[in-house]
Amino acid sequence: MTVYSAPGTDGAIVNYESRYDHFIGGEYVPPAKGQYFANPSPVTGQDFCEVARGTAEDVEKALDAAHGAADAWGRTSAAERANILNKIADRMEQNLEKLAVAECWENGKAVRETLAADIPLAIDHFRYFAGAIRAQEGSAGELDDDTVAYHFHEPLGVVAQIIPWNFPILMAVWKLAPALAAGNAVVLKPAEQTPASIHYWMSLVADLIPPGVVNIVNGFGVEAGKPLASSNRVAKVAFTGETTTGRLIMQYASENLIPVTLELGGKSPNIFFEDVSRLDDDFYDKSLEGFSMFALNQGEVCTCPSRALIQQSIYSDFLAAGVKRVENLKQGNPLDTDTQVGAQASNDQLEKILSYLDIGRQEGAKVLTGGARADLGGNLSGGYYVQPTIFEGSNSMRIFQEEIFGPVVSVTSFADYADAIKIANDTLYGLGAGVWTRDINTAYRAGRAIKAGRVWTNSYHLYPAHAAFGGYKQSGIGRENHKMMLDHYQQTKNLLVSYSPKAMGFF
Amino acid sequence: MATRVEVTPAAADMMRQLRGQHGPLMFHQSGGCCDGSSPMCYLEGEFRTGQSDVLLESLKIDGVDEPITFWMSASQFELWKHTHLTVDVVPGRGSGFSLEAPEGVRFLIRSRLLTEQELAELS
Repeated sequence: MTVYSAPGTDGAIVNYESRYDHFIGGEYVPPAKGQYFANPSPVTGQDFCEVARGTAEDVEKALDAAHGAADAWGRTSAAERANILNKIADRMEQNLEKLAVAECWENGKAVRETLAADIPLAIDHFRYFAGAIRAQEGSAGELDDDTVAYHFHEPLGVVAQIIPWNFPILMAVWKLAPALAAGNAVVLKPAEQTPASIHYWMSLVADLIPPGVVNIVNGFGVEAGKPLASSNRVAKVAFTGETTTGRLIMQYASENLIPVTLELGGKSPNIFFEDVSRLDDDFYDKSLEGFSMFALNQGEVCTCPSRALIQQSIYSDFLAAGVKRVENLKQGNPLDTDTQVGAQASNDQLEKILSYLDIGRQEGAKVLTGGARADLGGNLSGGYYVQPTIFEGSNSMRIFQEEIFGPVVSVTSFADYADAIKIANDTLYGLGAGVWTRDINTAYRAGRAIKAGRVWTNSYHLYPAHAAFGGYKQSGIGRENHKMMLDHYQQTKNLLVSYSPKAMGFF
Repeated sequence: MATRVEVTPAAADMMRQLRGQHGPLMFHQSGGCCDGSSPMCYLEGEFRTGQSDVLLESLKIDGVDEPITFWMSASQFELWKHTHLTVDVVPGRGSGFSLEAPEGVRFLIRSRLLTEQELAELS
C-alpha cells in the first residue's frame, strides 16, 4: 500500500505550477483578456492552481500557430511522425507514476486506476498509432492499360479537439494520437473541470513536438470552446460529451461544411444469462466483478455498465452476491493505492448524481446499497464522494434511461433471451454493452443483436488500442482507438493519371 | 394550470443576470454522458430546434420581457414526460457551451413525479 502525498505538499512526487497560461506555438501565452479561473481538486474541494480563461482572441492566436505549423508537419514522413509519437510514449512511460498522480489529483479518480489503466493505455495509444501510420499505404487502381487511379492519404490540416473531464489525459490522447499520426496540427480545449493535467503532460513532452503542432487553449465552453468549434479555420471537430452540445457542434460544422466525430455517451446494459451461476468457479467470480464495474472511475465513464439485466432464474442469488461484492468496495483517499472508488470530478457532478438518487427513489426504485453522499472525514470532507449505489427497478424509470455518470447501477430482471435483447435495446443510446454467459452461441447472438458499438463479452471496461470504440444511435459518430480513426483525420487524394500520349478523340 | 417546468428563485436570478449580460435566452435539455442530463442555456436561436424537439415550457421570469423557452429532444421527452422539472442552480464548473459556466455556477434539473391531476391537465 502506498499513499501518495498530494501535489504541492511535502513528499509529493509531482507538483503543479500555480498558474497555467495557454500553450500556443510551443510556448506559454497569457490570455488576451488577462483572466484566470481557479481549479479545485475533487479530492479535497480546495483550489490548487489557476488556469487561463480563454476567449475568441486566444483561439485565433492558437489557430494562427496551428496553421503556421500544419503544412510542414503534414509533409513530414510517416516515419518521422511515428518516431515522435514513440518518443512521447517513452517519455510518458518514464514519468508514468507522476502522470498518474497528477491526473488523480485533478480528476479525483483512484490512483490505482491511473497507474494501471489511464496512463499505460495512453502510452500504448501513441505506440499503436505510430505503428498504424507506418503501415498505412495508399492504393493504385489500374483502370486500363494507360490509366491509373492513385489514392493518397493527406492530412486535413488544422483540427479542433474538445476533451471531456472523466479521463483528462487518456481522452486527449485518444484524439491527439491519430490526429498527429495523420499529420494534422491540433488546437485542443481541455474540459474546464480538468484543465491542468494536460499541461503537466505537455511539460514532459513539449520539446518533442514541433511548435504549433499541438496548441492548448483553456477556458469555458461558451467562451473558448464555442469559438473553436464554430471557427471556419478548422477542418474538423472532434468532441466527446453530451447530446445537446454534440448537436450544436454539428450545427456549427454544417455552417462550415466540415466533418465531426462525436462520442456522446450511453446507458450501457450489462447482461447476465443464467448459466453464469451454473458453477461457483473463477468465471462466476469474474462475472460478479463485471457486475461491480459500474463503480469503475466512480461511474464517470461513457460506457459505464449502468443497467444490469439479470435472468430471473438466478436473479435473487446473483444480485445478493453482487450487493455483497459492491459493499466490499473500498472508497477513500484517491491517492491511496488501496482505494477502489474515489471522488466525483466536480461539485455539479456530485449534485447531479444526488438529484438522480432522489428521482430514482420517487419513481419507486429500491435502494439495495448506498444511495447517498459519502463523507470520508478529515480533509476529504470537502471532496465530492458518492457511495456506490445499487437500485432495483424497471427499465422505464429515468435512472434506467439516463446517464447518471456516477457509481450507480440500476438492476432489473429478464425472462429469456428475447426479453434480454428487448430491454437492452430499449434505450436512446448504443455505445457499450456487456454479455456474460458460458454458452458461445448465446454470447455471439446477443453480441450481434445488441445495437451498440462495443459489446464486451465475458469482460468489461477494457479499452485497448486496436479495438474500435464508438456509438450507435444517439451515442455519436465515428470510431476511435483503431486505425480506422485515421480516416476521420485524413482526406483522400485521387490522382487520375493517363499514360497515353494520344488525344481522347472528343474534340 | 399544471406546468412541466419551473425555476427556483436562485435560478431565476441567474437567468435575469444572463439575460442582462447576453440577451434573450433559451434552454435545451441534454442527455448522454459527461455533462448529460444538464439543461443547456443559450442565446435564443443559438441552438437550432426542429421537428425532433419538443417545447416543454415558455418560462415567464420576472424582470425578463420575453419568455425563456425550454426544449428537449422528442425521444428524450418520451422518457421524461411523467416527471416535473425544476431548474435550479448550484456552484459548479462548466458544461458544454452553456452561458452560466463562467459565473461559477451550473444550472441543474431537479425532478419529481407529476401527479395524476397534473398529467390530466397537461394531456
